[in-house]
Amino acid sequence: MKNAVGRDIPEFLLKDGREVYQGKNYMDGKYLQKAAPRTRRYEKPQESKLVDSIVDALKQVGAKSGMTFSFHHHLRNGDFVVNMVMQAAIEELGLDNITIAATSLGEAHDPVAQYIEEGKVVGIQTSGIRGKIGEVVSAGKLKTPAIIRSHGGRPRAIEAGEVHIDIAVVAAPTSDCVGNCRGIGGKSNCGSLGYAMTDAKYADHVIVVTDCLVDFPNMPASVEAIDVDAVVVVDSIGNPKKIASAAARISQNPRDLMMAENVAKVIASTPYFKEGFSFQTGVGGPSLAANLFLEKYMDERGIKMGWAIGGICGPMVEMLKKGKVGKVIDVQDFDLDAVNSINQTPGHFEMSASQYANPANKGAFVNKLDFVVLAALEIDTGFNVNVLTGSDGVLRGAPGGHPDTAAGSKCCIIVTPLVRGRMATVCKNVVTVTTPGDCVDVLVTDYGIAVNPLRPDLIKCLDDAGIPHVTIESLQEKAYSLVGTPDDLEWEDKVVAVLEARDGTILDVVRKIKPLKL
Amino acid sequence: MIPRPKPERFRLRRTMMFMNAQKPGLIKDAYIYGVDSIMLDLEDAVAENQKDAARFSLYHALKTIDYGDTEVIVRINGLDTPHWQEDIRVCVAGGADGIRIAKCESAQDVLTVEKAVEAAEKEFGVEVGRTLLMAALESPKGILNAYEICAASPRMFGVAISGGDFRKCMQTKPTASGIDMVTARGMMLIAARAVGIQCFDTVFTDLDDMEGFINETKQNKEMGFDGKSLINPKQIRPVHEIFAPTEKEVMQAELMVRAFREAAAQGIGVFTVNGKMVDVAFIPGAERTLKLAKACGMYEGDLV
Repeated sequence: MKNAVGRDIPEFLLKDGREVYQGKNYMDGKYLQKAAPRTRRYEKPQESKLVDSIVDALKQVGAKSGMTFSFHHHLRNGDFVVNMVMQAAIEELGLDNITIAATSLGEAHDPVAQYIEEGKVVGIQTSGIRGKIGEVVSAGKLKTPAIIRSHGGRPRAIEAGEVHIDIAVVAAPTSDCVGNCRGIGGKSNCGSLGYAMTDAKYADHVIVVTDCLVDFPNMPASVEAIDVDAVVVVDSIGNPKKIASAAARISQNPRDLMMAENVAKVIASTPYFKEGFSFQTGVGGPSLAANLFLEKYMDERGIKMGWAIGGICGPMVEMLKKGKVGKVIDVQDFDLDAVNSINQTPGHFEMSASQYANPANKGAFVNKLDFVVLAALEIDTGFNVNVLTGSDGVLRGAPGGHPDTAAGSKCCIIVTPLVRGRMATVCKNVVTVTTPGDCVDVLVTDYGIAVNPLRPDLIKCLDDAGIPHVTIESLQEKAYSLVGTPDDLEWEDKVVAVLEARDGTILDVVRKIKPLKL
Repeated sequence: MIPRPKPERFRLRRTMMFMNAQKPGLIKDAYIYGVDSIMLDLEDAVAENQKDAARFSLYHALKTIDYGDTEVIVRINGLDTPHWQEDIRVCVAGGADGIRIAKCESAQDVLTVEKAVEAAEKEFGVEVGRTLLMAALESPKGILNAYEICAASPRMFGVAISGGDFRKCMQTKPTASGIDMVTARGMMLIAARAVGIQCFDTVFTDLDDMEGFINETKQNKEMGFDGKSLINPKQIRPVHEIFAPTEKEVMQAELMVRAFREAAAQGIGVFTVNGKMVDVAFIPGAERTLKLAKACGMYEGDLV
């Protein structure tokens, strides 16, 4: 069945009430029955929940074959914990039929690919899928289609019971002996633990893995002892160098700077750019540099940003410290400046993934957002964005908060170079729709700006401000004239991944790619 | 092959950005930054043993990339090198809009280049006279001969000073006030205006000193330069902003040109606008202001 972005969704996926994507805000006003976990009572006072090893912890919580394990991705590409836990469960306890429900997976988790090939891991639910896991899933080796969700779609699915977590494993930079966890104060600090919060609340069992045991009580706790069954101390939960970079630097690349300046110009031309406006941006070259130019316009107009959300890095913390932004609410930290600031700098708060982006709750921050500036691997002439599959059709990306912020914000700006090497970024049809075009408002490229025709109000803003803009079709034609028209990818029938829209409807599927023959 | 329109001898040239002709990644779409002219360099940016590779890169860029309205000029190697003749053949064969003569010291230098350009135009079937010339004055002798250099050829559209070499000759360093080059700049400007061609200032090499760059550019405008040579896209916008006319100037120019054309149609030569006498002598300046305003997005009318 064709959905609202023209993607053909196979009928076999449309069971148990699952629907195809119908357009923005389709689920608005409907009711949701929240799924509560079944948890063990710890009435008898216990001094400590420390157990000797991950294996012991898994035994204690009754780990069995067929269970769903959840992980957060705050340790990013430095994470050791997913691999440690999977090794203990599969190789030491001999479990199989396992589903991994992680907030994201990356190259750090390449060893999991082997368990997929062996048929021990049979399900993957994640936002990001990269490296070898992406390759084996794209090659059709995972038993069930992987489910790809946005950062807001995941807590929605958990709360709705669409994914039930048997065991949540929380990698914690610090924990006390009963499981109060924080992202700071240890040796593998990651700052916010926002993505772990919903998992811990909705899992039947929670195991904390830390490499820095601190005195009780470890406050203010991001994940609370009231939800934790066991605490394991290991030598190291991750490689600090890969958890958070020293400091996100603003690009000096003239192309990035030019695009960033145009992003700021577009923002400043809209009626939403006024005292107290709200903003989110990514850490990519031009997205991050937009901060710099935005500050200039704020100074010129004498206005301040009310609040900023998202993955946070140094430049935004800098603005907070200078008083240019009122509050920073933080679901994830990208560099040490942000890690060292969260819950320390006045006005810098932590939030859960649900509070950040869950479209089914009653007050997600993304739905109050004025502006979001996002990157794209590809964007097509319908303004649909792909941030998941590469030009070869292989899974190598992450929707992350992209679809959530795009849908929730009043003005969503995609900033990307027109071409990358020989790949046309602006194309006729994206490989996979991860953010539907009805949520994307403006495209800024190095070759020009295009506004979604669904937003005549924004077109007028740009015209009034004298900002030149063109059609997205002309940008696509320019891109093809530079690098040539790409051949269509060739797929087999088998669906290897299902891409959920943030509301839980099916936005697209990824099929098994036919091996490339030259 | 991208057909480029015939180069205009006199056009807006506020900014001329240097780029190494050898670097395809740089030159493939340098026009996106909105610079008036790009200056593809075969001279100092290219290592001695890479001159041939740079010429190949340049030729294919000129033949395959649509630079649109952006002027494409090539800086060739000096006449004291073994490279300049081949440089000229490549420029002409590729269809560059103009050639910048490095280290120009005399009218004869211009004539020498002009002869080779004409020969190349005939060789490659390019309209004779199509390829424009400009000269870079890099020595005290070049400055002293500025007038004869400017007047040497009808292909000449402008002259530029090159600060690095000139200061070396003069044993000076860049100064914040510009006093180190004020005389040379002034002499060159007078020569260029005496002949009626354009005049461009040198590059500002400290990319981190935006304040110094802006001050120098303001001085350039006050002295009467048409534009400035640049080394980085981030220098473009400040120059365009500084060289932009004021709104009042644009309005006044529009009134003058409109009134002049109406008066001329009725056979009137001299008239007044807002109490000021206007005659034909004011019109080229007013038209220049409107063209500049149009390029800056300040004027959308049809008078220019």
